[in-house]
Amino acid sequence: MINFLKYRWLYFLISTVVIGAGLFSVVKWGFRYSIDFTGGSNFEFQMDKVIEKSKIQKILDLNKISVVSLKQQDKNIILRTKVLDQNKESLLKKDLEAKLKIKITVLRSETVGPILGREAINKTLIASILAIVGILIYMSFAFKGFNFAFSAVLAMFHDLLVVVGTYSLLSHFFGAEVDTMFVTAVLTTMSFSVHDTIVIFDKIREYHNEQGSLEMESAANQALTETMVRSLNNSMTILFMLLALTMMGGSTIRFFILTLLIGTITGTYSSPFVATPILVLLEKMKKQKS
Amino acid sequence: MKIFKSIFIALIFLGLIWVDLPENVKTKYKIPNKIDFNVYGLNVKKDFTTKLGLDLKGGSSLIFEADISKVKREDLNDALNSARDVIERRINFFGVTEPQIQTVKTGNKYRLSVDLPGINNYEEAIKLIGQTAQLTFKELPDEKIATTTPIFLQLTRDTGLSGVHVLKSTVEFDSQTGKPQVGLKFNKKGADLFAAITQRNIGKPVGIFIDNMPLTTPTVQTEILDGSAVITGNFTTDEAKKLTISINSGALPLPIRLVEQKNIGPTLGAIEVRKSVYAGTIGLIMVLLFMIIYYGRLGFIASLALLIYGLISLFIFKAIPLVLTLPGVAGFILSIGMAVDSNILIFERIKEEQRKGKAFDIAVRLGFGRAIDAIKDANVTTLTVAFILFNPLNWEFLPQFGMVRGFALTLAIGVATSLFTGVVITKRLINMFYKVR
Repeated sequence: MINFLKYRWLYFLISTVVIGAGLFSVVKWGFRYSIDFTGGSNFEFQMDKVIEKSKIQKILDLNKISVVSLKQQDKNIILRTKVLDQNKESLLKKDLEAKLKIKITVLRSETVGPILGREAINKTLIASILAIVGILIYMSFAFKGFNFAFSAVLAMFHDLLVVVGTYSLLSHFFGAEVDTMFVTAVLTTMSFSVHDTIVIFDKIREYHNEQGSLEMESAANQALTETMVRSLNNSMTILFMLLALTMMGGSTIRFFILTLLIGTITGTYSSPFVATPILVLLEKMKKQKS
Repeated sequence: MKIFKSIFIALIFLGLIWVDLPENVKTKYKIPNKIDFNVYGLNVKKDFTTKLGLDLKGGSSLIFEADISKVKREDLNDALNSARDVIERRINFFGVTEPQIQTVKTGNKYRLSVDLPGINNYEEAIKLIGQTAQLTFKELPDEKIATTTPIFLQLTRDTGLSGVHVLKSTVEFDSQTGKPQVGLKFNKKGADLFAAITQRNIGKPVGIFIDNMPLTTPTVQTEILDGSAVITGNFTTDEAKKLTISINSGALPLPIRLVEQKNIGPTLGAIEVRKSVYAGTIGLIMVLLFMIIYYGRLGFIASLALLIYGLISLFIFKAIPLVLTLPGVAGFILSIGMAVDSNILIFERIKEEQRKGKAFDIAVRLGFGRAIDAIKDANVTTLTVAFILFNPLNWEFLPQFGMVRGFALTLAIGVATSLFTGVVITKRLINMFYKVR
């Protein structure tokens, strides 16, 4: 048996550093929001030859289009603007084709009014809160104790903070945008986190019940020793899938998969090193009270 | 008895593989991918194809907001439903397969979400759906106007007959000249109005206007009582078709405004799908290799169970049928991870029991029994989360948009299937390979 809980200050330090860096980034740089949240238009045009960016910029200015960003990759341009209606979009496309003597294929064109995204995020928040309440109730029954449920949910919040924080860093340094895909990735992380924690808690409960006299701390240590291989193996398999998708998958899902990757790592990490120390602490406090 | 059981399982297996076969791979022998037969008058018809969402297949997703300020409260539902029907009619012109049109209520806002998978000329589609072409009929006023004025400028008096009264407009062909013309069928009130108009205007022109632009100004020959009319003109078939759509859509009962549009070109989606499938396959192979290397024979069994899991999930996706989107793929990948997890849990338990000195077959039994608790608790929680996110009762305070729901649905199917393959199938396979009694 390895005394994992002896090093709880180390786990606490690691979590604090990671979350701290993320929160620093959130406060300092915030996020880049996709048009899902801000409203606006996104276009991805494929041109049949490479055109200088300045020439494109000039035509955009001539058309009096308020450009938020213009990116160029070979023959493709990714253009983000304030809300552009259908007519203006058609005119712009025609103007670009005529003045630059090119042919444009529209790969993607999106226009979102600003209210819809905000509604979507509010609804997702409500759904998440309901899901958390559901988890709390189910776990309280299944584990016959609120402390198990509470620590699992706290660890879930830990993972939430890690994912949101690192995404802010990704957003600042690599231009990742907060969109509905990101929301989905956060939801995935949340359900994975609890899923993973329960497996370890189940083991702790088993040792705790089997040997009634056993302190929660030594039961937890024993459980962690037994489940460590499983935890590593399991996240390894998910990591294989996600790494393959990050490296070889399409460009539109890259940040999404990367977020899932971070979520899996923190979800696996938090079960033994965040949820378990919290559980032991809560149980100790309970004992002292009684 | 045992033979029958084996044959039965083999048949199910073959059935699964048949449904799961990729549909666009050309083989020497053509294998159909639908069922269509009659059993005692009962027609069984099922088409097994993978349905890809807009983000993968390309297409347009449009959201219109309805202006309900001019509609009475009690008429609201009717108006929204008929708006949906009108839009559906307009879309059908484009030959979109399986368009999805839904009315979504949020707070006091009413929206129509229109999904057009696989559409290319989205600009035209948006124009056609959003237009509110209004058909009107006008006649000569009582007072005399100088005859030098063009005829359509003379027709100024509104007859009260409009597109609202048109039940249906169709393309017809003149029985003599074969030229295309546009037929109109009025509803009861429209027929009465039209009868009165034709009666008082015999020998005089009546103008048909779209959005106040003159379309044609035919002269009334006889009184028409049966509530149908024909607009002749120098139409091409295509023009006649477009006109019928405009007229049909002229009856849009409430104004709508485009608030969101997402158009994905067909190439982008195809590239994404190819890359994801490629990456997913490699990831899966790595997982299988890892399991076999680490757990040896047990790992091989887990790999088999995982393949069966893949077959069953794909079968369910095709049978429902479920529209696969990128978040859906994410949910599926997560569930693969959880399926492997069940096996790893069980195997670690078995190893643990073996370390305690138990014989292999006893260790297997104990391992399964012990692992079940953890597997059950973990998966029930995940299912709860998936259930809430999927929002089966379509509550308006929970997500109603496709992304999150697609994710929740594949996750739920994946987790439920993995419970079955990870526990039941794995146990069977172990019994088969190790002959545990």
